[in-house]
Amino acid sequence: MDNIITLDKVSFAYESEDKNYEVLKDFSVSFERGTFNVVLGHNGSGKSTLAKLLNGLIKPVSGTVSVNGLSTLDDESDFIIKKAVGMVFQNPDNQLVSSVVEEDVAFGPENLGLSPEEIRRRVDNALKAVDMYDMRLNATHKLSGGQKQRVAIAGIIAMEPECIVLDEPTAMLDPKGRKEVIDTVLKLNKEKGITVILITHFMEEAEFADRVLVMSDGNIISDGAPCEIFSQVEKIKSAGLSVPQTTDLLFKLKTAGYNVDNNVISADVCASIISDLIDNSLKK
Amino acid sequence: MLNDITFGQYFVANSLIHRLDPRCKLLYLVYMIVLVFLAQNVVSLASVALLSLTIMLLTRIPIRLYLKSIKVVIPIIIFTAVLNMFYSSAEAAPLVSFWIFKIYSSGLIRAGFMAVRVLLLILLSSVLTYTTTPNDLTDAIERVLSPLKFIGLGRAIHTMSMMMTIALRFIPTLIDETNKIMNAQKARGAELDSGGIVKKVKALLPILIPLLISSVRRAYELAEAMECRCYNGGKGRVRMKQLHMKARDYASFLVISAFLGVIIISNIYVKIGVV
Repeated sequence: MDNIITLDKVSFAYESEDKNYEVLKDFSVSFERGTFNVVLGHNGSGKSTLAKLLNGLIKPVSGTVSVNGLSTLDDESDFIIKKAVGMVFQNPDNQLVSSVVEEDVAFGPENLGLSPEEIRRRVDNALKAVDMYDMRLNATHKLSGGQKQRVAIAGIIAMEPECIVLDEPTAMLDPKGRKEVIDTVLKLNKEKGITVILITHFMEEAEFADRVLVMSDGNIISDGAPCEIFSQVEKIKSAGLSVPQTTDLLFKLKTAGYNVDNNVISADVCASIISDLIDNSLKK
Repeated sequence: MLNDITFGQYFVANSLIHRLDPRCKLLYLVYMIVLVFLAQNVVSLASVALLSLTIMLLTRIPIRLYLKSIKVVIPIIIFTAVLNMFYSSAEAAPLVSFWIFKIYSSGLIRAGFMAVRVLLLILLSSVLTYTTTPNDLTDAIERVLSPLKFIGLGRAIHTMSMMMTIALRFIPTLIDETNKIMNAQKARGAELDSGGIVKKVKALLPILIPLLISSVRRAYELAEAMECRCYNGGKGRVRMKQLHMKARDYASFLVISAFLGVIIISNIYVKIGVV
């Protein structure tokens, strides 16, 4: 397996005046290159801490985080790691540096010291990839939440990273903005082969993932393909999360004695299963 | 109240003034300010005013936006004018005289000149900020000041221009936030518009404190986001937009310089309405 990021026995604690809050302890996980990973967890499960560890924004107290074999503890490789692993945060307002869309997207590549022509090419490509090219001269503060977040994503992909970490990118958006962002991220993964690590508490966003990790109290309690994960309805609920409504419905039907699979997330498949069920019972 | 602040904002339009090199525009502002104060008589001041008006029309930005930028500074203009009215030498009989105040005709002219000068200063600065993106502007300031790097101030200049970029970027965000906090406090029964000045100032406290706290949090998050985008204090940074002087930049310089000639000549020969 070709892993882009590997965490080996990582521990991390936030220091406070009276005591230390240990968020992660002996935490190990790897992310495979080119995959779409979703990390689920409720508040305080340690998922944001995990995000910040991935590109060396915070350093582990013990253990190592390595990106392409380089440890984040090594200050020398800090720049290379940040270049390889881009990060998108929750609040779109607080990550835009410039008042004009294209100038904001150019901020990252400008820091990399590329030639002006190369920066221009990357900015245009990045804006086209997130479908914001037509608005490149607009003022950033006049955009909708979803558009701002797409500009933030463009700012990251203009640096041409190998991996993007998104820390609850849709938490402050309306359903429309949420869909825009998730569709964009999916497209980047499928078309450009960028590794995606999406951290969220919305189950629906896990539907298209290659791999889903469920975190609770600083531990991974489930790890696998989305349909595998969501069929463990009771386990997910015990982590303080809810399962997608489709899975929940099928789970309830199954516990009521109907013969259905509950490892389905897509609403279309769920609808066809239920219509088959109705057809069969009518025939009887 | 807060929506009236247009000063320092950029307006998208496609005009000759928008396309001028930002470095030139910055230097022209300084140049025009010098012209405004060099104008010593009615003819020269009128020609500077005419030039300023032409520049404003060339920007293709609605005049009402310029009027908005003046609205905020009207008290300052009136204050300056009134102060200048009493400041004149007694070469003839006073027009009006009461107690220790005496108003001479030269004082009135001086007051008028001062009001027009301050007005032009505001309008011309508005032209610069309305037609230049904040990034271009800070970029221009950085480049115009760049010779200072030879005396070891390179880092300081970059930091200053970065701070200006971020400040300008967050003005609209913080205005929105202030409005939200004001509404939230009003919903809790805060009376922001009533009472005397002391009460009004006190009522601002529950608005300023949440605003300050949220700004600090924003600053922290922005710093993290900038760090993630490989920002390390401007070392090895290359700008996407490189600036090149074009024919229009040289042409505009000639036009403004011609006006300098007009003003010098009229200062020498025209003797009406001299300050």
